[in-house]
Amino acid sequence: MEMLASYLGTEVARMVVGLIGVIALVSVNALFLIWMERKVSAHIMLRPGPMEVGWHGSVQTICDAVKLMAKELITPEEVDRPVYYLAPVVVFLPVLLTFLVIPFSQSLIIKDLNVGIVLILAFSTLTVLAILMAGWSSNNKYSVFGAIRSVAQNIAYEIPLLVTVMSILLMVGSFKLSDIVAAQGRYWFILVQPLAFILYIICATAETNRTPFDLPEAESELVAGFHTEYSGMRFALFFLAEYTNMFIVSAVATVLFLGGWRGPILPGVVWFLLKVYALIFLIMWFRWTFPRVRFDQLVTFAWKILIPLSFANLLITAFLMKLF
Amino acid sequence: MIAYFKEILVGFWSLLAGMAVTIRYFTKPIVTVQYPREKIAMSPKYRGYPQLVIDPETQTHRCIACEMCSRTCPSQLITVEGAKFPGEKQKRATRYIHEHYYCSLCGLCTEVCPTSALEYSQEYRLAGFSREDAVIDHLLLLQQRQKAAGLPVTPVPTDADIAAAAAAEAAAKEAKAKAAAAAKKPAEGSEVKE
Repeated sequence: MEMLASYLGTEVARMVVGLIGVIALVSVNALFLIWMERKVSAHIMLRPGPMEVGWHGSVQTICDAVKLMAKELITPEEVDRPVYYLAPVVVFLPVLLTFLVIPFSQSLIIKDLNVGIVLILAFSTLTVLAILMAGWSSNNKYSVFGAIRSVAQNIAYEIPLLVTVMSILLMVGSFKLSDIVAAQGRYWFILVQPLAFILYIICATAETNRTPFDLPEAESELVAGFHTEYSGMRFALFFLAEYTNMFIVSAVATVLFLGGWRGPILPGVVWFLLKVYALIFLIMWFRWTFPRVRFDQLVTFAWKILIPLSFANLLITAFLMKLF
Repeated sequence: MIAYFKEILVGFWSLLAGMAVTIRYFTKPIVTVQYPREKIAMSPKYRGYPQLVIDPETQTHRCIACEMCSRTCPSQLITVEGAKFPGEKQKRATRYIHEHYYCSLCGLCTEVCPTSALEYSQEYRLAGFSREDAVIDHLLLLQQRQKAAGLPVTPVPTDADIAAAAAAEAAAKEAKAKAAAAAKKPAEGSEVKE
């Protein structure tokens, strides 16, 4: 990708090649993550997980994807059609756009915008809009419940997330992701900002709607929450977006706290992906350890603990930055 | 204020403790058995369907066709037929049918057997394609097990064998009766002679 782009030497070619690469990455990543999720969950429960198709069931998710594509798209009778059809697209597009600014290595970045981190945070919030659209238009009480929870949850975790990211930005003084990585030349920010890292991971788990904060799709109480009425490829798009969101929040955490592509011997991309998948494993580990929180518990936790702690962290960071 | 931070720290510690448990399980070996490819050995006390014991001395079964098992069976599912073969002291089973689909595995047949000819098998794969798959012919099963163990196979008596045995038995009986009669007759008269 890198060589081809420099050969053509044009920004447009870089974008096109980049987008194709991103779409390939998104689908392969989702296929891999679903397999990984099933394996991680299985091993935590002392099971082997999928074992039949391919080596240790590695082709299983491809078969599942083919099955999903072949499935009929069922549209319930009384849905709000335009919004219902639009929701899977709205959930997927921002996910693709976010990849524009993620630096996979020194040069492997489609467009190094100077508002990179702001763009990621802005677009990832659009997921909530898509969930609201899906839940509201489905004409199903469980879907509406999922959507309502998602919106209320969004207010709870978005503030500590932004404030936590702000404390990192204060140390760097730039919104550019490559600058943030460059600033971690001597040490990773996780060493000086451990509290910020923990807060970010908690908020990221909530952002990706994963257990213990998977209230919008809480399958044991709301059937499947906001995507109850979706089937086939439309459902697959929601699924794809969820797993790609996991990749994105882990990539942002890697850039902010774990020194991005930096690492000895191995090339930058490898280090970047290793760190991202380690963080994804952490998020999966959460899922198979913690039970789902109740709604009031989540809001209490966010407003009474996450927000005060993140503000305290920001103030201390600002104070220390002024001091030294 | 102190209580607030203490609550956070204690809560965070409990989360870490939970994660320690799951990661410990994550690294433990898998306990699931990939069934059709892997099988586990059953414990010696496992109660499968009853089967005939292979006697370590004679290397065949000990069934004397007394039909105690078929009489005690609450489901009436055992059919035993036996015949007395010439040169043998006791009857021997010629047919032993166990209709396993009625069996409640109560074990009365193994309890009641006077020669302890029955034991529980270790077999747990009992699925079949038809009802007849669950009908166990114990003498044929015994042959299979003898073959698997490398022992001489006990032949199942054919109808001709049984008929011959019955004829021989009848002939022997007749001869015996005759002999007894013959012994009786002279006995009456010879008392005087001798």
